[in-house]
Amino acid sequence: MKPEVSPSTPVLAVRELRKAYGDTVAVDGVSFEVARNEIVGLLGPNGAGKTTTINMVLGVLEPTAGSIHIQGVDLARHRSQALEFTNFAAVYAPLPGNLTVVQNLRYFGMIYGVRDIATRIEQLLKEFDLERFRDTKCGVLSSGEQTRVALAKAMLNRPSLLLLDEPTASLDPATARDIRARIKDFTAKGTGGVLWTSHNMYEVEEVCDRVLFVSRGKVLLQGNPRTLPHEHGKQSLEELFITVAREPLALEHP
Amino acid sequence: MRLSRAAAIVLRQFYLLRGSPSRIFPLFVWVAIDIVLWGFITRYLGTITAPGMDLLPALLGAVLLWDFLTRVMQGVTTTFFEDVWSRNFLNVFATPMSIREYVLGLVLSSIATSSVGLVVMLVVAGAVFGLSMAIYGVMLVPFLLVLFLFGIALGIFGTAVVLRLGPSAEWFIWPIPALLSPFVGVFYPLSTLPPWMQALSRLLPPSYVFEGMRAIVAGGSVAWTNVFVGGGLAVLYILLAGLFFSRIFKLAVRTGLIARYSAESVN
Repeated sequence: MKPEVSPSTPVLAVRELRKAYGDTVAVDGVSFEVARNEIVGLLGPNGAGKTTTINMVLGVLEPTAGSIHIQGVDLARHRSQALEFTNFAAVYAPLPGNLTVVQNLRYFGMIYGVRDIATRIEQLLKEFDLERFRDTKCGVLSSGEQTRVALAKAMLNRPSLLLLDEPTASLDPATARDIRARIKDFTAKGTGGVLWTSHNMYEVEEVCDRVLFVSRGKVLLQGNPRTLPHEHGKQSLEELFITVAREPLALEHP
Repeated sequence: MRLSRAAAIVLRQFYLLRGSPSRIFPLFVWVAIDIVLWGFITRYLGTITAPGMDLLPALLGAVLLWDFLTRVMQGVTTTFFEDVWSRNFLNVFATPMSIREYVLGLVLSSIATSSVGLVVMLVVAGAVFGLSMAIYGVMLVPFLLVLFLFGIALGIFGTAVVLRLGPSAEWFIWPIPALLSPFVGVFYPLSTLPPWMQALSRLLPPSYVFEGMRAIVAGGSVAWTNVFVGGGLAVLYILLAGLFFSRIFKLAVRTGLIARYSAESVN
């Protein structure tokens, strides 16, 4: 039985999260929240700690310290219960290519405990324009089609927290825009929140309500992606990103 | 524990088998070939040994039982390897599925696939060579149960090893039954072995099955105590293998191995 959750409870609350591999610190005391109907962008250069953070939220990487609460449920103590509220899509985690679209959706639907799974699959096939690929093995689909299947899988359980790690990385601009519209629709109509990583600053500016700039495992900046660059004397989000990547100390100690 | 999550693993395996002859054939082709090969060897040996010796249940029956154990183990490991081969770890382990549910799914899949192999072996051995497993009487049930439980234990152990050492370690796993077979006396009495091998064989559940099988074929009876020891050891090994898998999984989550198994770009 799912616990009663107050509408004000953030879908994701991360507190003082830290991950160290010996002397190497990948994530260093990161704290942030994702509220309902909010899309939060997790930005930073390669190796900044974004995917490490996402892996910890997904429960596949144990933090060295800190806590993660999903819908108010402590991930460390109630892993299965907390992960029932989540789902994810990542460019590096395609669905098994030897199963068809419908087989993959049914398989993951059963794991996530989706009710009336047949109806839900039909809804998603229609929503993500996958009806003609229903019996096609995922391995032979194009990158864009595979991404749509991965997103359909990520929506199967109507997650409170949706984690998207560069979901549009392999898509053409038209398909990427379509995907962005669907994600925005997901947060606007439902009660879920999204944690999104991307290296496409145009996309981030268009989609995200708030961004967190991460560098060397720490959150350096956060705010509205449309106003944040000017607050730090930069012309664009891309310029700010480059500064974070090249001169993080300049922002850490202004 | 939610059975539907374990059932999802079985369903996935069914989908894969249904659409893939290269997965269906190994379920029964190799065991059938093994039975045919050993059936003729047994028939030939029957012509050059003393009359009155019934080699069929002692040799062909032993091959059948040993192949059953091997298939049970491979049923577990192959189901796990499907996740390795399709780089599916991140998708599977970032779900609400618990380790118990996942391992139960592997075991249920193995029951289904090894049953197919067992039925095929029984049919071929019976139809072509006239082997009737009825010769073992009621003891056939505990024999199969002990071998099944030990096969499950080996399978879980094998998956844990591959989880820890990486995909290429699967080549350590396939030969495990062959490695154990000299110690458990599939084809010969344990008294044939040197003392140090006999000592090891007493720790292996199949040893009790094959000694019991030979006792029945020789016209004797099986001590139930030995069957219980074999069964008890098999249960113990399942518990130890489960514990081992759980520890390896926790280590993999702590070190980031699970994420790296499929996410090459992990930061």
